[in-house]
Formats: sequence, C-alpha cells, structure tokens
Amino acid sequence: MAIIRDIMPAFELFQPANTDDALALVAKHGKDAWVMAGGLDTFDWLKDRIKRPKVVVDLSQVKELAGIRPWNGGLEIGAMTTLTDVVRHPVVREKFSILATGAEAAASPQIRNQGTLGGNVSQDARCWYYRGGWNCYRAGGNTCYADTPTAINREHAILNADRCVAVNPSDSAPALIALDAQMVIRSSKGERVLNAEDYFVGPDIDIMHMNVLRPGDLLTAIRIPAAWAGTHFYFEKVRDRNVWDFPLVNVASAAVFSGDRIERIRIAVNGVAARPLRLKQVEDAVTGKPRNEATAQLGGHLAIQGAEPLRYNGYKVPLLRNLVKRAIRGVEEPKWVS
Amino acid sequence: MEDVNHPEATPRKFTRRDVIKGVIAGGAVSSAGYLFRASTVGAQVSAPGSVDRLITLNVNGQQRRVDVMKQETLATTLRYKLGLTGTKLGCDRSECGCCTVLLDDVPHYSCSILTHTARDKKIVTIEGLATADGKLHPVQQGVIDEQGFQCAFCMSGFIMATVGYLKANPNPTRAELAHGISGNLCRCQDYDKILTAMMRGAELSRRA
Ligand SMILES: Cc1cc2nc3c(=O)[nH]c(=O)nc-3n(C[C@H](O)[C@H](O)[C@H](O)COP(=O)(O)OP(=O)(O)OC[C@H]3O[C@@H](n4cnc5c(N)ncnc54)[C@H](O)[C@@H]3O)c2cc1C
Ligand code: FES
Ligand code: FES
Repeated sequence: MAIIRDIMPAFELFQPANTDDALALVAKHGKDAWVMAGGLDTFDWLKDRIKRPKVVVDLSQVKELAGIRPWNGGLEIGAMTTLTDVVRHPVVREKFSILATGAEAAASPQIRNQGTLGGNVSQDARCWYYRGGWNCYRAGGNTCYADTPTAINREHAILNADRCVAVNPSDSAPALIALDAQMVIRSSKGERVLNAEDYFVGPDIDIMHMNVLRPGDLLTAIRIPAAWAGTHFYFEKVRDRNVWDFPLVNVASAAVFSGDRIERIRIAVNGVAARPLRLKQVEDAVTGKPRNEATAQLGGHLAIQGAEPLRYNGYKVPLLRNLVKRAIRGVEEPKWVS
Repeated sequence: MEDVNHPEATPRKFTRRDVIKGVIAGGAVSSAGYLFRASTVGAQVSAPGSVDRLITLNVNGQQRRVDVMKQETLATTLRYKLGLTGTKLGCDRSECGCCTVLLDDVPHYSCSILTHTARDKKIVTIEGLATADGKLHPVQQGVIDEQGFQCAFCMSGFIMATVGYLKANPNPTRAELAHGISGNLCRCQDYDKILTAMMRGAELSRRA
C-alpha cells in the first residue's frame, strides 16, 4: 500500500507549447529532465521520492502531439493522444479494433482519460521491489530481489529473463506489435522510425530501460499501417480484478484466413518478459496450416518453449500456452460484463 | 504559450509578485502545515521559461487566483488552498477514485494531475454541482432518493465520475454505467446500492 506523504519534492516545471520547444528543453536538460505525458506512471516515482528529477517537461500543452490522423491508408496516432480517445476513435474501432480493446483493458476510466498511448507503451516495470526503491539491477544495483528463494514473484517473468525478472506491463503494446505499428521518435538531431517490436528492449540489451528512448528523445507518434486493417483480431488479458490491475498475461493477434487456412498472422504477448514479445516462431509454424485445435496446440506449445518459471509464477506457463491457442483457433465470443 | 518569455526570464531583484507569492505561500503553510514542509515548499527559484506560480483557475465557474507550487497536485490545491474539501483523498495514487473531479467535463483523479496541467481547464468539483439557489444536481438527488451510500467518503468521487460519464453516454444500461464508473472504489462496498442511486441520478438527469 502506498503511503500518503506530504506533497512531492520540488522540481522545475516546463510546459512547452510545441514539439520543437519540448525537444529543445529535453536536449538542454538531458538526464536531469523527466518527460511527463499523462503523468500516471510518473507520479508514483516522484511521490515515493525514488526518482527525483530536477526538471519535469510536461507535454500536456503540446497540442500537435495529440490526435489521430489518416496516414497511408492507416492511422497516425499522436503520442499524447489519451487512451480514451484511442478507444473511442471511429476508425480505430472499425479497422483496428484490437487496439481499442487493448487500450480499454488498461487501468481505469479516469486513468484512460488522462494516460496517453505514448506513455502506455513507454511505462516502466511494475515489479514492486523496483518500484519500492530497492537498489536492484534495474535501479542500477547488482541483485534482483524478485528472484531470491523467498521473493514474491507471482507477477514476474517466465521468458527471456536476464538477471532482472520484471515484466513489461503495457496492454496496448502487444496490440500495436500485432498491428505491425511503427514508433516515431524525435530528438533535436532528427527523426527515426522503428518497428513497434524494436521499440522495446530486454535486460540482455539494457537492464535499466524498457525501451530505446534516451535523454533528449521524444516519442512523437505511433503509426498503424493499412496492412492489417479489418483483419481477424484476438485480444485477451488475464488479470486479478477487471479494473486497475495490470495484465498477468495478455495476448494480441491479427490474422488473415483463406478458407480454414491461416494465410498470415502476427501474435504478440505481454506480461511474460521484460519486453512484449512477438511470437515469430509461432507465427511461422502456424502459417499455411488449417485453423484448428492441432495447429493451436502446436502454436501454444511453441510459445512456452524455454519458459523458466520462478517460485510463484508457474501458472503463467499454461496461461500463456492457452491464450496463444485461443488467439490461433479463436473462442466463442466472450461476453464482457463488468 | 504564455509562459515562454515571461518576465521572469529577465533577471531582476524584487517584484510585487514575489511579495504576493510569499504571503500566499505563508498562508498555506499555516492552514495545512503538515502538508507543506519547508523542505518541499522551499523558496522556489524559477528558471527562465518555466511556469508561473501565481495562476488563475476556473473552478466551479469562478476565476480563482492562487499560488501553486510546481509539484502541487490539483487535489492539494482544491482542498488546502481553495477550501474545497468535498474532494476527498483516499489513496493519492490513482487507485480509488475519491478525488475525482471534472476537467472540461471529463473525470480525472485530482490526486494525479498537476494543478499547472489543469490550469486552462474548466474544473468542476462536487461543490459546483448544485445550482446557486441550492437545488441539487439530479445525480445528487438520486443519491438521496436511493440512500446510495453508507459512510459516503467515496461519494463525491462516485458522483463526479457519474456526472462525467453521463455527459458522454446519457442513457446507459446498468452494465454500461458500472463499467463507466469502475474507476471508483467504496470501502463500505455497497456497490449495488450505489449503482442503483447512480442509475436513478441518470434517469433524473434525462428528465431535467
Ligand atoms: C493504478 C494504475 C493502474 C494501471 N493499470 C494498467 C493496466 O492494467 N494496463 C496498462 O497497460 N497500464 C496500466 N496503467 C498504466 C497507465 O495506463 C499508464 O500509466 C499510462 O498509460 C501511462 O501514460 P501516461 O501518459 O500517464 O505516462 P507518463 O507517466 O506521463 O509517462 C510514462 C513514462 O513514459 C515516458 N514518456 C511518456 N510519453 C513520452 C513521450 N511522448 N516521449 C518520451 N517519453 C515519454 C515518461 O518519461 C515516463 O517515463 C496503470 C496505471 C496506474 C497508475
Ligand atoms: S485519492 Fe486520487 S484516486 Fe485515490
Ligand atoms: S460509502 Fe463508505 S467508502 Fe463508500
């Protein structure tokens, strides 16, 4: 349980009005600057005094970074677009509904009204040892408190752990990877565009960051190509409570079938590793095969190859397998009642 | 934006504004001292181009001039500087909904937004729902008609979340409203009754 303390320690606050001013500020202040979008991942750090940035650059006034525009037959979503605006957007709902489903599965209505898509994909790990200010690998120390014999690690990683066993908690990230989205990153030096799956990094590459952003960088937009518009989508998130709770495991897939054959498919999962994983090996194995139980079995089996559960998260292995199976063969429409 | 190039960018020794700031900050310390420790309030020296502390907020239809620290949340400003204590603080972590207020008609957790971020928005708190002559908002009336709450600590948050949700969807089913106001928790846990009260409020709102 979080403790209510007094107000946060002081920081300098900038509210630039446009992207260029924001880029100039983050370039100038470098490591001292904390970029703030909706702030909902940010405030815990500041309130707990675990991160103490000298400067906060609040992007809320940069109107050009919010909003959804047509782009090459698909969509370009400004990084500052709120999750609610993503969920309610008619074209997102009509052509890329998996993103609306994923975004709507995150957090609570008020959080979605303020939290942004850019912030949702860029949010930090929720491992409570790390969040609690323990000096673990991810915090720059030299141990992982979640991977000791007595650690409470029900929510932690089963795949690709390397010293740190935290997971990426984003619900929108796997949907974006399934849609083959692109991330547009700008710094004062220029712009680069990455595939969504390459935006995220695991501890083998960088144990202290969950994505490629570095001081001076801003995520400005997320582009959804037309390629997977209106295809067959599946999204499912398993969590303890229907509101607020982060995914234990989630899965997102986009598929095109011809007859009963899987012509092409993209599958991504989150909550199982430090980065959302695109399951390329599963996609390759099931492409061209009939969409049936046997193919689903094969895909589910491949998805859990190499899984190494910790003391309390063994349940994630069958959970991951079954969610991937469902994504491949489908299920009867779940009736959502909350 | 108004703050870029504001006068503090030019070095100067002392202005009337500094005096006002000092007075207002001093007042805040005395009324809610435990919140405003010297270490956090400290003399904040503004960097060029950063936000101005003395701002005007539009709260419940009134223009309120207030001195706001840069790191101050809206809940703090409302409760401890503007005296609007109908907005409650339950968790201070976006996890309970007690602090819900409307910003341009949209429900937000006021514990989890900087006052400076909300500066240009139309802020409505529970105190702003009734009309000037004291007539309750239909959702408030619904609560009374159905005796919706027990201790009612969570009540203003629920009412604000419902009023905000109804602006987007005035005629919800019970399940839709439950989903719409699912960002609010009640410690006394009579959700069914709360929902009945809110549905009644929705009905009264449509008739009003
Ligand atoms: C109680 C609670 C429950 C939650 N449950 C869920 C859940 O179930 N599923 C889920 O997916 N999420 C969940 N979230 C996370 C929530 O959705 C995210 O906090 C939110 O989407 C982050 O968005 P933000 O705009 O508020 O981010 P911020 O806090 O503003 O930013 C998050 C991080 O991203 C960086 N950042 C943000 N935008 C940019 C940008 N444009 N350029 C560069 N860096 C940037 C910031 O520097 C910061 O490090 C929950 C959060 C809370 C508080
Ligand atoms: S006090 Fe703001 S959500 Fe709990
Ligand atoms: S009525 Fe007591 S907290 Fe909701």
